Parts: sequence; C-alpha cells; structure tokens
Amino acid sequence: MSADAKPDAGGWEPKIVAFCCNWCSYGGADSAGMGRFQQPPSARIIRVMCSGRIDPIHVFNAFLEGADAVLVTGCHIGDCHYVNGNDKTKIKYKFLEHVVHELGLEKERLYLNWISASEGEKFANFIRDVTEEVKKIGPSPLKPEGVA
Amino acid sequence: MNEVLDTGNKDASQDEEKRVGVFVCECGVNIGGVVDTHAVADYIATLPGVLVTSVNKFTCSDSGQADIQQKIKEHNLNRVVVAACSPKTHEPTFRACIEEMGLNQYFLEFVNIRDHCSWIHMWEKEKATEKAKDLVRMGVERAKLLEPLQASEVPVIDKALVVGAGVAGMQAALDLADMGFKVYLVEKEPSIGGRMARFDKVFPTNDCSICILGPKMVEVARNKNIEIMSYSEVQEVDGYVGNFKVKVEHKPRYLDVGTCTGCAKCSEVCPVEVPYDFNEGFGTRKAIYVSFPQAVPLRAVLDKENCINCKACAKTCESKSINYEQEASFSELEVGVIIGAVGFKTYDPAPRGDYGYGKYDNIITAMEFERLLNAAGPTGGHIVRPSDCKEPIRVGFVNCVGSRDKETNIYCSGVCCMYTIKNAQLLKEKRPETDHTVMYIDIRTPFRAYEESYNRARNLGVKFLRGRPVEVTEDPKTGNIKVRVEDTLAGEMRNLEFDLLVLGTGVVPNEGINKLQQLLKLSKATDGFLMEAHPKLRPVDTTIDGVYLAGVASGPKDIPYAVSQGSACASRATILLKNKKATTEGITAIVNPDVCVGCEVCIPMCPFQAIKMDEQAGKANVMKALCKGCGTCVAACPTGALEQDHFKNNQVIAQVKNVFRFEEVPA
Repeated sequence: MSADAKPDAGGWEPKIVAFCCNWCSYGGADSAGMGRFQQPPSARIIRVMCSGRIDPIHVFNAFLEGADAVLVTGCHIGDCHYVNGNDKTKIKYKFLEHVVHELGLEKERLYLNWISASEGEKFANFIRDVTEEVKKIGPSPLKPEGVA
Repeated sequence: MNEVLDTGNKDASQDEEKRVGVFVCECGVNIGGVVDTHAVADYIATLPGVLVTSVNKFTCSDSGQADIQQKIKEHNLNRVVVAACSPKTHEPTFRACIEEMGLNQYFLEFVNIRDHCSWIHMWEKEKATEKAKDLVRMGVERAKLLEPLQASEVPVIDKALVVGAGVAGMQAALDLADMGFKVYLVEKEPSIGGRMARFDKVFPTNDCSICILGPKMVEVARNKNIEIMSYSEVQEVDGYVGNFKVKVEHKPRYLDVGTCTGCAKCSEVCPVEVPYDFNEGFGTRKAIYVSFPQAVPLRAVLDKENCINCKACAKTCESKSINYEQEASFSELEVGVIIGAVGFKTYDPAPRGDYGYGKYDNIITAMEFERLLNAAGPTGGHIVRPSDCKEPIRVGFVNCVGSRDKETNIYCSGVCCMYTIKNAQLLKEKRPETDHTVMYIDIRTPFRAYEESYNRARNLGVKFLRGRPVEVTEDPKTGNIKVRVEDTLAGEMRNLEFDLLVLGTGVVPNEGINKLQQLLKLSKATDGFLMEAHPKLRPVDTTIDGVYLAGVASGPKDIPYAVSQGSACASRATILLKNKKATTEGITAIVNPDVCVGCEVCIPMCPFQAIKMDEQAGKANVMKALCKGCGTCVAACPTGALEQDHFKNNQVIAQVKNVFRFEEVPA
C-alpha cells in the first residue's frame, strides 16, 4: 500500500475521480464489469443522476484533494435520460477546461467522454488510456503532501 | 470548502448521532475471490461512526438480509452501507430490507465493489482490495450525510400504448385488452401484421405464416378495447410513468377510412405501376392499393408520390371515399404505460454488394425467396430466377450474411439457420428434382423441434457445407452463379455452380428503433437494438418506468420468443395499470428561498419546465411532480440556492474527499 503512495515507485497508481451519470456511463462501468474488461485500479466512480449535475465545484474539489485526473462522463449527445442534460455538461466543460488550465494543470488531467450503458469495453479502454497518460506526466502538482 | 446549505427542509435526522453499519458481500467468489473482504471490513470498522461491519457470502440472500436487519436492531443503526454489486440491480432489494426495520429507504448507501472492482481487477488482488477500501470509505462518509426522503405516488392512467403491430405488439395489445384495459395500437404501415405477414411459412412446423397470423389480426381488429391506429406514427412523448402524453400522427391515406370497403376496385383502374414493397420489390402494385389481401384494416391507401392525378380511382369508387386533399391528422393520447414493439428490418446486402448481390441477377435474399415461395407472391409460389424466369435446379444458400461478421454485425441473428433449413425443405418438397447446398459457419438449432427440422432437411437431401464462399462470380452466358468455397470439414476448396444463390441475411435495427429511442430516451446497445433494464431478470422492462419492450426491438428473436415477450410486457404493464398508482423516486431539486436571488438561470436549464418563478416573492419554485431529479439546475445555480435531494453538494463532495487517504510521510 505504501508503495502506491510513492510517485517514483514503479507501481504508482494514479487516483482518478470519475463522475458518471446513473443511466449511461455508470451502466457502461457496470458493463465493463459484466464483460470482465480488465482495467487499471485507478478510477473511483462517483454516481450522479445526470452529467448535468456535475458541478465545477465537485471537479475543483477533486483536484484540490489530490486527484491526478478527473473524468466527466455521461450519455451520448441525444441519448440523455433527461432530454439534454449532457448538452449543458458540454458547455460547462468548456469553462472547466479553462479554469483547470489556469490552475496550471496539464490537459491530460481532465476528460469529457460520452459512454453508453452498453459500452463496457469503451469504458475500460478509456480508463486504461487515461491512466497511461497520467502515468506519463506523474502525480498532480496540486496533490497535497501525504495524500494517497 | 462548501458549507452545508440550510435547505429549509432540514430535519432532526441530521442532528442525531450517525450509527453506520457496513455489510460487505463476497458474492460467492465474484467479489471474495479477488477482494479480501475481511480486510475491507476490518479497515472500515476503524472509521468514526461505523458501529458494526459484517461480511456475508451473499448479502442479498435471505440470511444476508436477516443479518442486516438483526444488526440494525442490535446496534440501533440509522445508516446502512452495502458494498456489493450494482445499485442498478440490487438497490431496491436493500432499500426494502432496511425500510422493513423502520429506517427511511434513502438511508441506504450502495457501493459497487463487484462490477467496478473485483470483476475488472481480477489479477490485481491487493490493489483491488485497496480500491474496495476507498470505495467503501467514500460510501460510509456519504451515508452519514444522507437525509430521509419520501418516495411519492402518482396515479396511473389505465390505458396503454403499443407501438408497432407486428406479432409481438399484437400479442401485448390482445393480452392487455383481454384484461380489460384500453389499448392504442399504433402501426406505421397501412396494415397491422408486421414482418410475419410477409413470411411464407414459419419454422420449425412449416405452417403458413399468414394462416396463423391472419386470425390474430382479425382478433385484434374485433377487440373492443383495442383501437388500431394504422398508417400512424408516434411523434411526441411527454410525461412520466402512469401519465404519458403522446402525440400520434395519422398519415393521410387520401381516402375516407370510414367509407372505404377495401374492395380494391380503385387499384384495378389505376394505371400506375410501381415495384411492390410488400413483395420485396418483385412484381408491381398500383399507386392506390390494399397492402395485401389479408390487410387489417382492409382499406386502400393512395401513394401520393406515384399518383399521376388521373382521378380514375375517384370515378370508380362506389362509396366516393377518395379525397385527394386529405391532410395528416393528429391524436393526443393519455396513457399510463408504453410498450415498444417496433420490430426490425432485414440486413440489406446491396450497399456492400455482399457475395455479388446487386451485381449479378441470380443472387437474391432469403426474404425475396420467401415472397417468391408464397402462393400469393409475385410468381404464384414458383421459385424462378430473376435473369430468365427459369425455375432453378441447383440452389445455393449462404448463411450469416450481415451476421457474425466483423465487417457488418458481430452478433448472431439467431433465425437465419432455421429459415434457411425451412426454405430448402419447402423447395425440395415442391420440386424434388432440385439440389440444395447450404453454406454455413455453424448450424444453430436450439429450442423445441429445431434440431429435428435440421435432420429432416438432411434426410430430404439438402447438403450442408461448412464454409463461407470466398469468391462469387457469374457465368455471363448462362447467368449461373459460380461459388468458390472452402469445405472446412473436408479441408478442400470446392468450385460449385448454382442456378440461384440465396443469401441468408440477418436481422438489423430499423428506423423505428432509433425513433423510439429518441422519443423515450431509452438506451441502445452496441448492436443497435434497444436495451432492457436487466438482460436476465428484467428482459422486457426498460430503465424508464412504465416503458416495456417486446420482440426484435431489443435484439434478434424468433416468433415464439417475440410472442412471449408481448405477453410478458402486458403482464408487467398490468402491475401498474391494475394498481392504478406508481411510485416515483423522491429525488428532486429543492430551492432555498432565503438564498435564491431570482436570477432565473435555472429556468431554461430544466427540460421539463419544472421550475417556475414565484412572481410575488421573486424566487424560483420547483414543482416536485414535474421534477425528474437530474440536478442540472442545481449545478447551474450561481448562488447555491438550489440543491438536489440525495445528491446534495455536501454528499457528493464527501465522496470526492474520501477518494483520498492522508498518509504519514515517512520522515
């Protein structure tokens, strides 16, 4: 466990906070499980009803607490369970990107992705790709000392 | 940091001491085989507020649930965390479990350590265990902040809408109608019956398709509780479980359906001939026509696109039904439940030109073969080849066209093996001199009498060759089709020549599926068909309460399966229709009027028009009955006046914070 905490250790596993909507991307994560699509143990999923609920404050909190990357995920455009919550997510995400950049974080630390409830393999690949990107750039500069 | 906002409905539960019980499930070896559940429980027990932890082999079992209930009693627990599978399948079970003990059902926090942990980190046991600890800790901290909510009950309108009048939709409509409920049966084609009406015979019994479907169609038409809306399409759906408002467009037939008798004299005099879609483009129909002899309702329809406006039909029509000026009309329906039975289409090999289809005349699809075989078809039941109308002797069948192929669809359509076996049998019976070769990857014959049907075809002399054609060419002189195929059982290449080649085309999603998905916000699987709420335990439910799926809309199926699903939908829908009430989630947005400044940013955020301004107070006001609890307005509110029950900022942020652990850095 302590080995995980050391960024220079070979086994360093980034911590990624993944916000998922109840209907699509959370289901996609479930499908990844059902399909046994193996992925790095880096993501911690937080479920909300709609990606539209993901408040910038949730994302900033994640970075300030020590997230190495944050994922904003939802239904494909046009498939939103609540008609168009994800359209609003998309707009909000633009703002998020700017602020996260202003905070001095690399673009590899924030992602937006649409994943349907059936796209288990896509979910797993997404987590794997992000984890690899984040491993390349190392722990977040905002990560407080002593946080794992 | 974000402070907890006083939302105006704060209750005593927030002031009382939080007494959390955590129940870690092993799910047999599904979780226990990877995650060290006891290590997770031991760690979680050290967290403040956690009074008791427990590890169960199957927490969802009777004994697992009894354990939860007993510990609630023993330790006077007021929050329960279950770390197990997915809340999407098991949350209702545990909500009911704790509610029985007098706890508010929203005091349950469900943590997914199977689908999101053990199943996806099968070879990283230690890391999976550490992740499970994180996930459960996040859940515990969120659980401490959960507030009691009340699920609300809404009345259910005891009427149903069935979209699609194929055999599955008809069965659903009949069952509901026979149970006494009013059913609107909407069909986009001029007649009900769906794809089954086009089949010649159906496997494995080889009985005439329309002979068994026809009486059912008449039964539907006669049923007083069923209102058929043929040549109609659903345009808009609004509302929620029990209270759907549906707008249906009735396309103009350009005649009065009340007076038209379906005598088809108009067709006789119509001078326009167009390819007959019902016969897969073989033969012709007139611009004004009755879609097929057994059509229900038996009414003509004028195809305005091809009409030359000669008015011959109007002059002939004895009942003076023709009305060239007719326009589309609309109905507004109010129903409690919706059953989607929108069917499918067959894979079209033309765009890709699979196996030379479209390039060579004597290659047809199985559906085209089916129409040729039909006594009411374009050739009166004679199989002839398109190039010279000769009756073929050597017939080749290629299976898995548009199925089990990475280039098209990877899924198995499930019906092609059987209909190919049936088609070969039927032609062999009609003309024993014919010679048949079926080229296949695997022959799949599950279910009653299917294997027997396969054996029967072999006994009749139908040859089965395991292999997919690698090259298909035409002999330009004879129009014969030459096929180069590897016989993978014999391990040798074969060069075969056929008079006619029939492609066993698969089943693919149709436009109706896309439309229904958009209208109802259903989920679609990667294969393009609609998704059920659970593939095993809720096969006809969807994630939308009050909406059910029957037939091929949710994936390839044969007729008995589609009919069973029609009945299953009716049965599921009856639970709501008979109880006349539905329970909806208590999760909605709430406004703290003390913080709201009346900026109205939230109002356009809501797609359900659930937020209105209280003009007098100058504050936003959420109408709970309309709010569906997405929380989009909450994230948009610039002052923090809006909150979403069960997903309050402090509850989400508690999870975010607890993703991380503070560790002493070694000196």
